Amino acid sequence: MTEPLLDIRNLCKNFGALKATDNVSLDLRPGEIHALIGPNGAGKTTLIHQIAGTLQPSSGTIRFLGRDIGGMSMPGRTRLGLGRTFQISSLTLEFSALRNVMLALQARQGSSFRFFRPVMRDRSLTDPAYETLERVGLHERAMVAAGELSHGERRQLEIAIALALGSKAFLLDEPMAGMDSEGSQALTRFLDGLRREAPILLVEHDMDAVFALADRISVLVYGRVIATGTVEEIRRDPEVRHAYLGEDD
Amino acid sequence: MRQHLRRETLVNAGLAVLLLAAPAIAAMAGEPFYVTLATRMAILALAAVGLNFVLGLGGLVSFGHAAFFGIGGYAAGILATHAFNQEPFPFGLSGTNQMLVIWLAALIASGIVALLIGLVSLRTSGVYFIMITLAFAQMIYYFAISWPAYGGEDGLSIYVRNAFPGVNTLDPLSFFLICYVLLMIVLAFFATLRNSRFGAALQAARQNPVRLASVGVEPFRIRLVAFVISGMITGLAGALFADLNRFVSPSMLSWHMSGELIVLIILGGTGRLFGPVAGAILYILFEYFLGGITERWQLFLGLILLAVVLFARGGLIGLLAGKVRHD
Ligand SMILES: Nc1ncnc2c1ncn2[C@@H]1O[C@H](COP(=O)(O)OP(=O)(O)OP(=O)(O)O)[C@@H](O)[C@H]1O
Ligand SMILES: [Mg+2]
Repeated sequence: MTEPLLDIRNLCKNFGALKATDNVSLDLRPGEIHALIGPNGAGKTTLIHQIAGTLQPSSGTIRFLGRDIGGMSMPGRTRLGLGRTFQISSLTLEFSALRNVMLALQARQGSSFRFFRPVMRDRSLTDPAYETLERVGLHERAMVAAGELSHGERRQLEIAIALALGSKAFLLDEPMAGMDSEGSQALTRFLDGLRREAPILLVEHDMDAVFALADRISVLVYGRVIATGTVEEIRRDPEVRHAYLGEDD
Repeated sequence: MRQHLRRETLVNAGLAVLLLAAPAIAAMAGEPFYVTLATRMAILALAAVGLNFVLGLGGLVSFGHAAFFGIGGYAAGILATHAFNQEPFPFGLSGTNQMLVIWLAALIASGIVALLIGLVSLRTSGVYFIMITLAFAQMIYYFAISWPAYGGEDGLSIYVRNAFPGVNTLDPLSFFLICYVLLMIVLAFFATLRNSRFGAALQAARQNPVRLASVGVEPFRIRLVAFVISGMITGLAGALFADLNRFVSPSMLSWHMSGELIVLIILGGTGRLFGPVAGAILYILFEYFLGGITERWQLFLGLILLAVVLFARGGLIGLLAGKVRHD
């Protein structure tokens, strides 16, 4: 079996008495989409935050590309190859969509300490930024300020930024949220291809998307992983049906 | 978008011409006082351009920039005094009355202090940042007051204005031109930096530091470099201010000075290229005309400031040229 890129072992995170992450172990293997589902407040975003480095776990280990990244800062983890999107879009709102992507590109090139050359005349930034926007279908809105984009467009821009970073693994927190069905179908097709570039840990409430995309699904309830398996295994799992999917039947 | 850009360019050009033409005409009319007034505008504008790097682009409200202004001033005063009295420094260094050397000393000294203050203060944010920068500046202020070697509370006189190769610096218009040219050079640097990769990162650190960190850039490092650049420029302005007044006093280091710089940026337009220039012109005019009518001119200034904050967030540049637009 191939070695996992991302390997989380016995992760715990307490907020006071609340166990937001309760002894979670899961991994992400090359080429796969691993979906993380669970009811509101289950601790999905909290888990993503700990992997990305926005939150420090109370205990447990996170290994990425064979390295323990527990002590690494958020920017350090990004530079190592973890690209993430936020559940609530987090963009530089005054900048155009293009400049949001260019910021990621200059960070990837490791060259933010250049003081003279104007970025808008730097083809090594503008060209790939535009191409990245084309990939997610946002190129026609390239010059629009991020703050003026629709909710769905902001989600697309978040993905474009993660792509521009050339990440080796993606952590996507509800990328479909707020998109119309056409948008989420387009994104589903896109993510289906993206897994060949880098595996995806996908937090998503849209079950059509999850069942269409996931190679494996983990179900998180009250901070605990109650099941991990293929789409079929998860659909059949009685505990999952009871705790989570049961609501839908 | 283009139109806004053009309009702002026109406004900026207008201000640049105004600031140059007024003292030239005053000099021809034999009114050196107005030349001095314009020189003060140029120097305060320069100091505020320095602050505008962190305040306008980086969103960092430093309430301690008087520290750099004063350090630049003392660098000029101390070097000039040693040169005048022919007292050498330790390590075989000597004083000088050459502005170019003095500016270099002012840039280096304020840069080092900015680095030290930035290393501590930039670990905080919001009100804590305001308070820590204020506290550092006050420490330096009290140090200057209680240090008798360079005048203590009484300040330090520069007996002859320092020299610049090929220019008679004692001529008010010539000295104005030196300050004006420096201001224009630094404004060009500001405009360049703002559009550069570093400028993009600095503005991103203001708009959304989490976003900047999540693409892999530490906001702290970007802010620290900006803070050092900012302090150096305000320090340079301090050296010029010392030469203008031929006097350095601890008041250059006081919190009033820090407040004044913030006020004139807000008056002119925060983050705008010519905001500090517009602000300095307005501020000095208020001081001169309102100050001529009443001792309490700062009360009226406060009311005007309130009006700006409530009704004209973009300051004078915002009123004249519209909102900021990015590409
Ligand atoms: N900073 C915090 N301090 C205290 N409690 C928190 C904090 N962040 C999250 N929580 C709590 O931890 C639990 C898990 O929250 P989290 O946002 O991870 O859920 P989620 O699975 O992402 O939910 P959703 O599907 O609504 O996005 C919730 O009960 C939440 O209230
Ligand atoms: Mg969530």
